[in-house]
Amino acid sequence: MPDTLPFATRFGSNAGQPVSRRDGVAKVTGTATFAADNHPEGMLHAVYVPATIARGRVTHLDVAAARAHPGVVEVITPANRPLLEGDPEAKHFMFAFRFEALQDDTVRYANQPIALVLAETLEAATEGARLLDPRYEAESPRVGLDGNTPYTVEVGAFGRRGQTVHGDVAAGHAAAVQSLDVTYETPAQYHNAMETHAVVAQWQGDQVTLDMPNQAIVMSRGAYGYYFGIPAENVLIRSPYLGGGFGSKAIPNGPTVLAILAARMTGRPVKLMLRRDQMFGPVGHRGATRQRLRIGIDAEGRMTVLDHESLATTSTFDDFVESAANASQGLYAAGALRSAHSGVRVDTGTPGPMRAPGEASGSAALECAMDEMAERAGLDPLEFRLRNYAETEPGTGLPYSSKALRECYLRGAERFGWAKRPLQPRQMRDEDGMLVGWGMGTALFHAPMFQAQARAVLRPDGTGLVETAAADMGQGAWTALAQIAADSLGLPLDKVEFRSGSSDLPDGGVAGGSGHTATAGGALHAAGRDAIDRLAQIATADPASPLFGAGNKGVTARDGRLFVTDDDSRSESYAEIIARAGGSEVIGTGSAARPPEQAAKHAMYSHGAVFAEVKVDPDLYQMRVTRLVGAFAAGRIINPKLAESQLMGGMIWGISFALHEEARFDARTGRIMNADFAGYHIPVNADVSGLEVITVHEDDPHVNALGIKGVGEIGIVGTVGAIGNAIWHATGHRIRRFPIRIEDLLRAERG
Amino acid sequence: MSFSISLTINGTRRDVLLEDARVTLLDLLRERLALPGTKKGCDRGQCGACTVLVDGRRVNSCLSLAVTLDGAEVTTIEGLAQGDRLHPVQAAFIDHDGFQCGYCTPGQIMSAVGLIAEGHAGTDPDRIREGMSGNLCRCAAYHGIAEAVQDATRRMAAEDERASA
Amino acid sequence: MTPFDYVRPASLADAIAAWEPGAAYLGGGTNLVDLMKTGALRPGKLIDLTRLPGLDRIEALANGDTRIGALVRNADLAHDADFARAFPMVAEALLSGASGQLRNAATVGGNLLQRTRCAYFQDPHSPCNRRDPGAGCAARSGDNGGLAILGWSAACIATNPSDFCVALAAMDAVVEVEGPDGARQISFADFHLLPGETPERETALHPGEVIVAIRLPAASAGFRAHSRYLKLRDRTSYAFALVSAAAALRFEGGKIAGARLALGAVAARPWRVAEAEALMIGQTPDRALFDTAADVALNGAAPSGDNGHKIALAHRTAARALALAAEGTPAQMPAFPASVFGGHAHA
Repeated sequence: MPDTLPFATRFGSNAGQPVSRRDGVAKVTGTATFAADNHPEGMLHAVYVPATIARGRVTHLDVAAARAHPGVVEVITPANRPLLEGDPEAKHFMFAFRFEALQDDTVRYANQPIALVLAETLEAATEGARLLDPRYEAESPRVGLDGNTPYTVEVGAFGRRGQTVHGDVAAGHAAAVQSLDVTYETPAQYHNAMETHAVVAQWQGDQVTLDMPNQAIVMSRGAYGYYFGIPAENVLIRSPYLGGGFGSKAIPNGPTVLAILAARMTGRPVKLMLRRDQMFGPVGHRGATRQRLRIGIDAEGRMTVLDHESLATTSTFDDFVESAANASQGLYAAGALRSAHSGVRVDTGTPGPMRAPGEASGSAALECAMDEMAERAGLDPLEFRLRNYAETEPGTGLPYSSKALRECYLRGAERFGWAKRPLQPRQMRDEDGMLVGWGMGTALFHAPMFQAQARAVLRPDGTGLVETAAADMGQGAWTALAQIAADSLGLPLDKVEFRSGSSDLPDGGVAGGSGHTATAGGALHAAGRDAIDRLAQIATADPASPLFGAGNKGVTARDGRLFVTDDDSRSESYAEIIARAGGSEVIGTGSAARPPEQAAKHAMYSHGAVFAEVKVDPDLYQMRVTRLVGAFAAGRIINPKLAESQLMGGMIWGISFALHEEARFDARTGRIMNADFAGYHIPVNADVSGLEVITVHEDDPHVNALGIKGVGEIGIVGTVGAIGNAIWHATGHRIRRFPIRIEDLLRAERG
Repeated sequence: MSFSISLTINGTRRDVLLEDARVTLLDLLRERLALPGTKKGCDRGQCGACTVLVDGRRVNSCLSLAVTLDGAEVTTIEGLAQGDRLHPVQAAFIDHDGFQCGYCTPGQIMSAVGLIAEGHAGTDPDRIREGMSGNLCRCAAYHGIAEAVQDATRRMAAEDERASA
Repeated sequence: MTPFDYVRPASLADAIAAWEPGAAYLGGGTNLVDLMKTGALRPGKLIDLTRLPGLDRIEALANGDTRIGALVRNADLAHDADFARAFPMVAEALLSGASGQLRNAATVGGNLLQRTRCAYFQDPHSPCNRRDPGAGCAARSGDNGGLAILGWSAACIATNPSDFCVALAAMDAVVEVEGPDGARQISFADFHLLPGETPERETALHPGEVIVAIRLPAASAGFRAHSRYLKLRDRTSYAFALVSAAAALRFEGGKIAGARLALGAVAARPWRVAEAEALMIGQTPDRALFDTAADVALNGAAPSGDNGHKIALAHRTAARALALAAEGTPAQMPAFPASVFGGHAHA
């Protein structure tokens, strides 16, 4: 009866479908529970007191005044802070950053916690914190890229190389018939997820339950266990939904540890939710960079050298340095390549990974420099990039696992209408007299995999249950991972229950680096296949089953039934097989990771091309991005609807980087003077227009079993440069600092 | 000083004894009335995550002192759907993927409901974008949000037409 | 927030009687409650005006003036059809400010009393003469790119953030107030004070006085056909002005018969210069004339910090606003009110 088979749900049909979010109803009805929505009985509110100097020590806190405020229950300062079993200054695992948990009275940056106030109400805790009225012995802060003596970085963020040279750089410079030597600056940026960092901590004996947004749920369990001297399995982290993460919610931080400590100290549940201004300090940021790019080309416009140096700010007490110059490593076929990093230690919190760490800042400078080089050579910017298209990874010569960048260029350009672009700037106006400019940029981001485990269960009723502690911070893990799992179990999506977001489940790995779907999805896929294999063994060994003896031909799982491969007349439902075998669940397990030997054979990246149109007032220089077309090749797309949203979000982050985001420091105090959403601008809805995403399909047999590369970060990468280039094309003014502001164009016009 | 106020929240009258005049409507909902659907994003009127309807108008609940609202009708995200039937704006947000992490979403949806009721944006995409600009979304689901509001406006107008026909 | 007393008087007289030093009147609360949260303001008592009867009406007076009750919400005024027809530039200015939610809550009376966005005023940990007389001014050598270029003093370089007030200044509004010593009227030009040596004195209000209404003279409606508000900002919406300008013209026989020009975000009050308006009377509108008017309007402008660019920006914004006004009020409110992307460029 093959004609009656439900083809709509056949194996392989869940992944690839633009399914709406499975958590959609919860999120639109307000029933999706974010960490700070929890309110256990007897809970205390915690507010941390942020330092208002950037360097020095706290000399006085008016603890009596705070304690006297009605409702205040406890004030924690270095003087009475209970012992932490683990050292907040220890680098005990890869994601451990040094942090301040009231170990002493030192202030290392503004907004660092210097005390914690606990009260029966949030209002009382907030006022109690104000009443502490700290006094300081302040030292002169070191601020900005010139704030201290630079040092050479040998090992950058997360072990990335600080100094890389491929080929003969001096020879590349010497061989150039035309050269470019330009310097770009990018500012400090702060993640500012809409949900600020929050935790609700509840102790029971030596066990603690933490409701908190977390991008690395199982890994963090061990970290918190370390700080509190308890085994990892005594820590339960519940993180069903994250209100955005962008890299900032993978790493333990001081305020969170203090709140957990306060709960243990008081014997009551404690809730801490950072205020918006407190997001500018202890929970990571993207460091500022100053990048020098030297490019040489031969007579045909082929790059003889790409020499990229980056200086980035980091803290005085830890070592995260943006790997910005590494953005030049995987992309263009230059004769010689150099990426060199240095750092400058300033009095800020330690930077951390922020959406497309390294590449976002590095590509902003690189793609603008590419545009400048094309201009000098008299070449169309796209043509210049095509002339330098890398067929193998530059420097290493490794083949790409897949690379549909050329198709991204062509399809994006066609959709955008790039062919009509005048070579010279300041050639286009709209009907209102606005200057119109078109620019483009290439996007590149690694396609990494981490490690994850999963469990898959076939239940007696024929439905499936899959488990892994994945993190959904908006990318759609609840949906896309379930789609992968459903396919692996040969079940329609609505027959699969997915448990996730809790540390008592198998480790779903880190939601970061654009590798989560590949990693957690890979583990779920393996677990599902394992469960099906076990079910098939039962069936094919059971003389009563129509599948008996089909072991040699193999079986296929589809819509809740096992079929003999190539013989649809022989099949049986999961429920029937399980019932006859005694009615016990069939349990599969799986894991995913990329074997090192596989990683060594290919260069693995997502690619893309972004085309931007901006309009700029010729006189007043108000700017608006009016069209943005991104074409991306990122392997297999599990859910086009959600992937498109995520890519669009990344592209809008590109708008934000190019035109809006910047933390402004007061050099006298080292404090950020725009630490709120009225001053630290991110785009609003009116800043977005004409957004289009094209996904270019890639079959990648090397990157992982599912052919997934990831789309979380690449959207921002090419977009920043595309917008900077479009502004040049509109105005003729090349602005070499981000964000590009009205006054920058005005100053450029006036020389 | 404590204050006794009465609010109608999502159609239900609630008598509230406020021990403190400092309590905002947002913190009242979240911390005292077990209605945490309304979200805190900035607590300063700079992001829109806390948007609710007060007497039918969208406002930032973080800047409204609860004590000033005695007698008001408040609608929060928890009160929008009718049983299992989603409000057209809620349904449109799902259809158009007008959110990612979902944190700003209650505020976006309440703002959209308010915007549509105000009646100044219609289905003009630019007017919708301007009208929704008081709601930040860091995931930047703005494209889907604008489409969802446009679609919901159409659906609601069609429903109104059917109802009056 | 520091604890405070809260009273909700039933009448204006009761409200005024409830006033005492350290008390604050509460309208929409969008600015006051915010500043109480940061600790920049710590009133001992809030006198809630929002239920006072009779102050939420927009009235056409017998003499043709328009009277706006102080408790009218910003959104309600901007969307009042009669008001927007008579004073389209005021409506545009209102709609270019804040967000839909904030405009629904904020009262027009409160809008006049909006405090500066100077980061050092907003932050209670920074010295600020305006917030704490004699403390010093941290802005003067700090992050001051957005601060005043006109009318500032050594004591204070703050700007007034209101869009509405710029439009009201151009429209010759009158502020009706009532206080312990009775009722009086304050012309808009006299309402906001320049800082001088006493930046803590921001308005002409006497202690305990309440704004009860704003009056727009009938004559100002004569500009309805040629008036625009233009606002530069760092994003397309929901942002305070870098600079702004309210411009209004009246024509007779192709010549300018009346002219109004006020600049925003350049000083502690909306900036209006009579000479800049007078020189346009009797002239034919053109770019050169508007440049000259902008020159005169910015006479004496000087950077108070790293903000010299604002002088040129304000000049260009003023000239453009005049050009837009000359072109005519748009038939419909632009989708992006007061934005260059809602109108036409001229260059």
